[in-house]
Amino acid sequence: MMNLVGQCAFALLGKLGWNQIPRNPIEAGGAATIVCGVLFIVALVTYLHRWKWLWKEWMTTQDPKRIGVMYIVVALVMLLRGSGDAILMRLQQSISVGNNNGILSSSHFQQIASAHGTIMIFFVAMGLMFGIINLVLPLQIGARDVAFPFLNATSFWLFFMGMALVNVSLVLGDFSAAGWLSYPPLSELRYSPTVGVDYWIWALQIAGVGSLLSGVNFLVTILRMRAPGMTLMKMPMFAWSVLGSMSLVAFAFPILTVTLALLALDRTVGAHFFTAGGGGNAMMYVNLIWAWGHPEVYILVLPAFGIYSEIVSTYARKRLFGYTSMVWAIWAIVLLSFTVWLHHFFTMGAGANVNAFFGIMTAVIAVPTGVKIFNWIFTMHRGRISFRSPMLWFLGFVTTFTIGGVAGVMMSVPAIDFQVHNSLFLVAHFHMMIVGGVVFGYFAALTYWFPKIFGFRLHEKLGSIAFWFWLVGFLVAFIPLYILGFMGATRRLDHYDASLGWQPLFIVAGVGVVLIGIGVGFQILQLVVSIWQRNERRDLSGDPWNGRTLEWSVPSPAPFYNFTKQPVVTARDQFWEDKQSGKNRVKEYEDIVLPKNSGLSVVIASFAFLVGFGMVWHMYWLSLVSLLGIIVTLVVRSMNEEPEYTITAREVEKLEHQREHQLKEYEGLV
Amino acid sequence: MSSATETAALELRREHEATEKTVFGFWVYLMTDCVLFASLFAVYAVIHGNTYGGPSGKDIFKLPYVLIETFALLASSFTCGLAMLSMQRHAKKQVLFWLGVTFLLGVSFLCLELNEFHHLVADGNSWRQSGFLSSYFTLVGTHGLHITFGLIWMAIMAGYVWKRGLTDTVRKRLMLLSLFWHFLDVIWIFIFTIVYLYGSLGL
Repeated sequence: MMNLVGQCAFALLGKLGWNQIPRNPIEAGGAATIVCGVLFIVALVTYLHRWKWLWKEWMTTQDPKRIGVMYIVVALVMLLRGSGDAILMRLQQSISVGNNNGILSSSHFQQIASAHGTIMIFFVAMGLMFGIINLVLPLQIGARDVAFPFLNATSFWLFFMGMALVNVSLVLGDFSAAGWLSYPPLSELRYSPTVGVDYWIWALQIAGVGSLLSGVNFLVTILRMRAPGMTLMKMPMFAWSVLGSMSLVAFAFPILTVTLALLALDRTVGAHFFTAGGGGNAMMYVNLIWAWGHPEVYILVLPAFGIYSEIVSTYARKRLFGYTSMVWAIWAIVLLSFTVWLHHFFTMGAGANVNAFFGIMTAVIAVPTGVKIFNWIFTMHRGRISFRSPMLWFLGFVTTFTIGGVAGVMMSVPAIDFQVHNSLFLVAHFHMMIVGGVVFGYFAALTYWFPKIFGFRLHEKLGSIAFWFWLVGFLVAFIPLYILGFMGATRRLDHYDASLGWQPLFIVAGVGVVLIGIGVGFQILQLVVSIWQRNERRDLSGDPWNGRTLEWSVPSPAPFYNFTKQPVVTARDQFWEDKQSGKNRVKEYEDIVLPKNSGLSVVIASFAFLVGFGMVWHMYWLSLVSLLGIIVTLVVRSMNEEPEYTITAREVEKLEHQREHQLKEYEGLV
Repeated sequence: MSSATETAALELRREHEATEKTVFGFWVYLMTDCVLFASLFAVYAVIHGNTYGGPSGKDIFKLPYVLIETFALLASSFTCGLAMLSMQRHAKKQVLFWLGVTFLLGVSFLCLELNEFHHLVADGNSWRQSGFLSSYFTLVGTHGLHITFGLIWMAIMAGYVWKRGLTDTVRKRLMLLSLFWHFLDVIWIFIFTIVYLYGSLGL
């Protein structure tokens, strides 16, 4: 009888049981934080009676600007979680010397390191990137929406559910301890028998499919929905950089999908792709994951390059220097980014000739990047630069990115790479690229485009203080890692011997993290103060920075239909040219067709979450039922032939008059 | 031009642009799917020699059987094309007929494939046996999975044609379905050549 009950329980619940809830105080603390956080949000929304509002205005929205805001909110929350992981690791490495074993067990430390990398790349950097693209891109190219609005919302919710799956792992079971890219054979069932790696696989698979669909969506948006007259060579540089980045998404993300699926087959049905025995080939995994992983770096950084281009020309009040060479540089990077992946594992033994080829290609890719840096510097040359905080982030980026870039070129020499492979030197290098390059750029973008979305400017003074804490803290935290790397400190180290003399440098790095933490504190303060003073910070002109591109030609916050009449483009920097020629835009109105809201994106993504959850815990019935659920939902969606609605020109005119009235009221307040 | 005709003309242009955009988007999606298959082919190319004491392709592939499978799929692509031609002529019944034939051919292909898999597993040559068999089952199985989704889609589209007739939306979706179906045909040609033909020759 007991046996039968046991069998039924296994069929229903798979590997899930009470013993999967963490008991160790620190892990239980993490679980409690997640549970309390979710409960707090639920309670708050219920208390404020905001469920209906949340559903109607946000969860079912198809407006890319709102979807963008949701991406950014999720990414910033995940940034806090990822930073929490970073603080724990820095603390551990500062005190876990000699007889002291620190606060974290070895396996927990590995989980935290894996979670930190996974979250920061997939749910912070990617989230901020897609968020900013959603906010800015349609406005910049004079479009009202993306090519496939429903798909766009679905992509966001898949991203959200992937994020949810990572965080569920804190409460039920554990997370992968096999590093952020889960190399086999360590990540195979034999050496990682718990559900951690499965959580990693399915969270990334779900979020990855979302990213792939977004990539297709934005490619079509840029190629098919530009305003009349905006030829490719008249596009703003940000649009170009997104086009490059999304082409990479379309080519690279299918490789990730395959790689994750094969690892899942190994772990779930006993296939032999990457196993140590059975005819598997673990090195194939490393090749595959980096054939996606290296382009991924450029997927993240290209839009940041585009952002810097916009910011530099705006704040230097000059047109971008070397527009054509910038475009070529982007496409050179796109192509070359697929020819360098092997530099992540020179030590694997591919042989001298293969290493030489990839080493040279790696050095070569620094050339187009250098072209861009010089173009930005020449744009500033003889410009009237105003040093507002987005410009500060840009200058900080030039410094850190150049340091990190030079370290990268050093490591492109295989002989040097053999010395520093998997050391903290590498860790310092890629943080300089991804934090200094990508995150700084996205912070700059958030400050720069904030008024366009929310209608008021962020507090400038607090923003620059935050920047300086970030920059100094960042250098203090990562320069010591270069030195430690040379001294032989490897990555993912949770304990070392006192005689090595590493502790002082680790403590310095820890101080750096504290400084960054203060910077983050100022950013939160900046947001709070700005919201508090929003009425006196209103952007009444719609063009607070004397901008150059189309998004500044509409009032702030941008109306949900973006443009009352689709603009016609005759020049690069169209809005700037209009301002120079003193052309006064006459308000014109036209009928506007927009997509209706739909809750089905949330439904599809929730089913995807359940598919993943079922696969993690071997509840196959759940995965199967949820997969059917997705198909049925898609069929239901396809039944509706009219997912759009029209606002007439008259209604638009009325809305615009209301807005003008509102602006007059604010004018009295400022 | 009167305002009504103007609006109608605008409406028509918008409709046309929307269709064109969707078809283009679907092409881009197909290219990403192509990269997905390319990755699986690469994996197969790398580890098809890792038989780990089990059989190699030469031992288990039966070319005549696979040839029948291939003809079933190629014929289904042809009849799918006939369905599209009927669609151009707005011949609803013919569209339904040819979609039905395509569906049956697709189902026969799938049954033949599943039968082949069944025999392999029954003989003890499952994907657990070796790296070669893992990659074989995954590559061919992924194609089979695509065919399965294509068949589900086809059944649903037949329902729409029957219920709603050849409206603009239905025609647009039929166009996408046929693109998908021909794409799977092309992928199969590569599977037939690289997996079965080369495999039987022991390459």
